[in-house]
Amino acid sequence: MSLFDHKLSELHELLHKKEVSVTDLVDESYKRIDAVEDKVKAFLTLDEENARSKAKEMDAKLGTDESKGLLFGMPIGIKDNIVTKGLRTTCASKILENFNPIYDATVINKLHSADTITIGKLNMDEFAMGSSTENSGFQKTSNPWNLETVPGGSSGGSAASVAAGEVPFSLGSDTGGSIRQPAAFTGTVGLKPTYGRVSRFGLVAFASSLDQIGPITRNVEDNAYLLQAIAGLDPNDSTSANVEVPNYAAALTGDVKGLKIAVPKEYLGEGVGEEARQSVLASLKVLESMGATWEEVSLPHSKFGVSTYYLLASSEASANLARFDGVRYGYRTPNAENLLDLYKKTRAEGFGDEVKRRIMLGTFALSSGYYDAYYKKAQQARTLIKKDFEDVFAKYDVIIGPTTPTPAFKIGEKIDDPLTMYANDILTIPVNLAGVPGISVPCGFSSTGLPLGLQIIGKHFDESTIYRVAHAFEQATDFHTKRPQL
Amino acid sequence: MTRISEEQVKHVAHLARLAITEDEAKKFTTQLDAIIGFAEQLNELDTSNVEATSHVLDMKNVMREDKPVEGLPREEVLKNAPDKQDGQVRVPSILD
Repeated sequence: MSLFDHKLSELHELLHKKEVSVTDLVDESYKRIDAVEDKVKAFLTLDEENARSKAKEMDAKLGTDESKGLLFGMPIGIKDNIVTKGLRTTCASKILENFNPIYDATVINKLHSADTITIGKLNMDEFAMGSSTENSGFQKTSNPWNLETVPGGSSGGSAASVAAGEVPFSLGSDTGGSIRQPAAFTGTVGLKPTYGRVSRFGLVAFASSLDQIGPITRNVEDNAYLLQAIAGLDPNDSTSANVEVPNYAAALTGDVKGLKIAVPKEYLGEGVGEEARQSVLASLKVLESMGATWEEVSLPHSKFGVSTYYLLASSEASANLARFDGVRYGYRTPNAENLLDLYKKTRAEGFGDEVKRRIMLGTFALSSGYYDAYYKKAQQARTLIKKDFEDVFAKYDVIIGPTTPTPAFKIGEKIDDPLTMYANDILTIPVNLAGVPGISVPCGFSSTGLPLGLQIIGKHFDESTIYRVAHAFEQATDFHTKRPQL
Repeated sequence: MTRISEEQVKHVAHLARLAITEDEAKKFTTQLDAIIGFAEQLNELDTSNVEATSHVLDMKNVMREDKPVEGLPREEVLKNAPDKQDGQVRVPSILD
């Protein structure tokens, strides 16, 4: 048994009673990384020396008031698009291969105040653009449940490292499903908070109106504790919301009596696999047996989500990624004749194909003569998609459906066909467009032994209800206790 | 009907400051054409009286107090610069 099979609250108790030391926890991480990392390839950078010396310092504080915080001494992995001062941050891109940030992201500052220990930085699709982590400029991460399949993306390293037991929790980021889809593919719990719930300061921007940082964990309770630590208003992020952060753990009552669940027919219809459908119907039965009720509803504009998303996210990305020009930081081409040449060659040599595709799509959608037809049209479609959710949430507490249409696909299967890859995000994208929170929790296994995810979507800033439902479901099932054999 | 021509792809690549080869221009033309073609399904939607959403939360013009704060130290800021001299970032000549 791994120490990380314990919940966060149990690990805290073990530390408190001095049955386990912080050094033991950090050891557990690096030993597991030594044992399985050549198969999983979840990490881009390890911070072992710092982690170990920090653990030693913290062990001296064990049993004192300073060790009372719930996250004290907890090892964590960080997606490599969240800047960490002095610790290489690459966004899995060659253009940032040797980039050492000079400040910490707000979420990292918050984790430091809570005394967590950063184990290392996790692989991802380059600049978070992708659904399989195959777009990493450095390595392909494998799904611990079947090494020939993808871990999902773009937070593939964050999800795979937790599923493989290399770290007990991690942070990811979610622009169109990048936390929830990998969580579904790896049998972990992943939350995309409400837009504005968690500061984006220090998250390297992909699509600023959609990006959110969130936790990936092995159970719902841990997830709630992690969100508690990172949520809240930040003066450094003008899009972070001035909305009180409730006590999320207090929501984990196990009680879903009278809960009204909406199940969009579009989430169980065309394009959604039979196994995903059946696992959701079975999950609804579980919640029904606990006193919740469900009805079929419609989110009529769902099918426009993917188009809307790719136009908006790519447009925003084309602007955000303009900063990578080889001047102030990052890779610079050695072959430039003049400044224009320097920009063009640096970017051509530094970015991978998917990033180039999206920058060009976005530049096109924003360019003179096409702006109204593509960008503005997509913004209007976004309004309709957002209204779909508002209409349903006027009558229901949560929306439930599958996280993904199918379980994890094979490495290499979709990489040459962008549109097929994009279709994978059909059930997660509308949630980002509407800005509402969503979680993926394990809800079954495919006939081939791959995890399936249940997506629970809530109202703006109502993560508490999502957690309550997810936790009640988890209490009644044992999917989250299964571990991959590595 | 093609939605984006090879010439347009080259123009867009120039606007985005991306050097592309002839082969890449061909490949990206095919791929971008397919993606844009797919995105044109949005034309099925009547959006004539629909407001555009650029931000999902009801907030605008978030201001901080107009008070000077210390910036990052120059040495720190220059630490990641690929080429620097005398406390400045150095780039190749701008004019031919």
